[in-house]
Amino acid sequence: MRVGLFVPCYMDAFEPEVGVATLELLERFGCQVDYPFDQTCCGQPMTNTGCHKEAAATEALFVKNFADYDYVVAPSGSCVHQVREHLTAVEQTEAVRRVRERTFELTEFLHDILQVEAFPWAEFPHKVGIHYNCNSLRGIGLAQASEVNKPFYSKPLDLLKKVKGIEFVQPARWDECCGFGGTFCVFEPGVSAKMGYDKVRDHAQAGAEYIVSADSSCLMHQKGCAERIGLPLRFIHIAQILNGATA
Amino acid sequence: MTSSSMPKGVAQPLPKPREPQPRGAVIRGNKPVNQSEAADRFIAAAEHQKMHDERLWTLRQNRDRIAHSLDEWEEMRELASRIKQHTLSHLDQYLEEFEANARAHGIHVHWAADGAEHNRIVHGILADHGAKTLIKSKSMLTEECGLRHYLNGVGIEVVETDLGERIQQLDNEDPSHVVVPAVHKMRADVAQVFSKTIGTDPHNDDIHYLAEQQREKTRPLILNADAGMTGCNFAVAETGSFVVCTNEGNADLSSNVPPLHIASIGIEKLIPKIEHLGVFVRLLSRSALGSPITQYTSHFRAPRTGGEMHIVLVDNGRTERLGMEEFWTSLKCIRCGACMNTCPVYRRSGGLSYGATYSGPIGIILDPTFNRRKYSALPFASTMNGSCTNVCPVKINIHEQIFAWRKVMAENHEIPLMKQAMMKAAGEVLSSPAVYRAAIAVADSALRTLPRFLVYNRLNTWTKQREMPEAPRETFHTWWKQNRMNSKKADRQ
Repeated sequence: MRVGLFVPCYMDAFEPEVGVATLELLERFGCQVDYPFDQTCCGQPMTNTGCHKEAAATEALFVKNFADYDYVVAPSGSCVHQVREHLTAVEQTEAVRRVRERTFELTEFLHDILQVEAFPWAEFPHKVGIHYNCNSLRGIGLAQASEVNKPFYSKPLDLLKKVKGIEFVQPARWDECCGFGGTFCVFEPGVSAKMGYDKVRDHAQAGAEYIVSADSSCLMHQKGCAERIGLPLRFIHIAQILNGATA
Repeated sequence: MTSSSMPKGVAQPLPKPREPQPRGAVIRGNKPVNQSEAADRFIAAAEHQKMHDERLWTLRQNRDRIAHSLDEWEEMRELASRIKQHTLSHLDQYLEEFEANARAHGIHVHWAADGAEHNRIVHGILADHGAKTLIKSKSMLTEECGLRHYLNGVGIEVVETDLGERIQQLDNEDPSHVVVPAVHKMRADVAQVFSKTIGTDPHNDDIHYLAEQQREKTRPLILNADAGMTGCNFAVAETGSFVVCTNEGNADLSSNVPPLHIASIGIEKLIPKIEHLGVFVRLLSRSALGSPITQYTSHFRAPRTGGEMHIVLVDNGRTERLGMEEFWTSLKCIRCGACMNTCPVYRRSGGLSYGATYSGPIGIILDPTFNRRKYSALPFASTMNGSCTNVCPVKINIHEQIFAWRKVMAENHEIPLMKQAMMKAAGEVLSSPAVYRAAIAVADSALRTLPRFLVYNRLNTWTKQREMPEAPRETFHTWWKQNRMNSKKADRQ
């Protein structure tokens, strides 16, 4: 199985270790992983701001980079949501449709496609609160949101339950948006930061040592908020825990 | 009776300094409303913000509890959505059917193309009856039309009978929420408004005292009013009847005390049959407040003996909206406010920060249909988290419409030049691997520590309220090049 690894722009710059963990994890399960070297971004910053025309060339580049793989996998549900639902500024050719259909977020890829049963190498003896990026939660369905009257499920939780020693805490508003919101955090900074403070306080109150998420963008924002208000929370991407990180 | 709650002959303790109620967005003619600025002021009023967030979150939790107790909840939402979509797709027929049936029962039916015509018609009816005072129940449509201000201007005294709406009227402020119009006010704020307007004790913010005082002051106005007015929640085509839902029974006072009843009805309020009403009545109050039904669900079918009943069917932009491919389903809205209660941005910024008749997620998608330029910034006052769409009882894809409005704003140059320039620059950088790599490799620390689209502005809003992430020694790109690139090439050879 040939997998094209997409490491989103902010992750490339700030969280390269998440990219490495994702790569190693996929290789542990026998995927033949390649990193198309000319990749940049999925186009979300522009599209989210309404600037679809401005996103077209970036979208075209994304498709060009990832056209030849069986699957495209990214450790970011938000970017996968962009590719799957909103990569529409370019003409919808066969190649574009194919890439959009075959792009998966890491945990859903492990859960639904590889159907991973165990992570024997993984041990994380800490109390964690799970944070769901909203595009991951309601956009691509990594879990069932609390306001919907359907049975609860959570793919990240299913996977993390296979990790030795891990303990889960439940914040009161576990699926409330943290206020990152892509360019929202820049254009509405006051509300964004307030939402971030409330989010990290909620996790701290529940007793979390770590906030774990399938999306680094939310974590980057939350980390900045927690540091500003002096909360001793730590932040980690789910790929790192599943790949055997211990702290 | 009411003085019992005021201790006599006892020195009142000095009240602690009160946090003033934050006011809404500053309106500058047709200029884009700056929601963000008003939201910052709301957040700065920490007590108000906390109270507001908690009150509305409680409503959301109540809604969840009751929605989750009905197995058929999601099915019912789907059914309601389909009934509304069907009705909107055949609106001309149903409106004619409604009009004919209403007329057959002796109701006078008027048609208003816009808010101004609506106001003239209402004024005309009142003038014909020599009516000088009007009591009314809460109606977002009359807010939309600016009826109260208009009638005040022509010498007619209007009294709102919904408690929250009355508070807002006395404070000369718009409703901040479609269901709970004064939800952003603390009881001390209400005490202050009442002390200035109806003469209550400014230091007494006991809820029962305030409610009782208001009731005592307003009842005579209700009993002596010349005319009454209501809105409408649902208008049934097959019967020509309409339904008004309230928790205070004030619509019944407004309609049944004076001899003249005028109902303003937006043309999107139609449903085909009485049997459909069950679906909507079950959804409405559960979605709004988490209660099974409103305290009063009043059906109006004909004027009382000796009375007169008028209906004004109002378009005010609805026909135009019906023709908007991406936005027409917003007409399904039944004004329950569930999207506002769940919205994390709304809960933290207050309804008045939107500077429009409708606020919160539904406001973001309705307001620009009235004035695209003025409300051009509203679609950006959202994280598009999608919770609004999930709670909507008629399944309006609210967050997707917010996303679509952003595109409309950008295409019509209704977003700030700086923002568009940033996105153009970002698009150019991100579509060229070489330029992108050069850009993020620049030694300049700002560019090195945040992706270009985050820092490409002079204000650098990120660091005002958050710490910057630390930049790692190398990017993933460099790591791959050093650790994997050669081995991969070797593999292939």
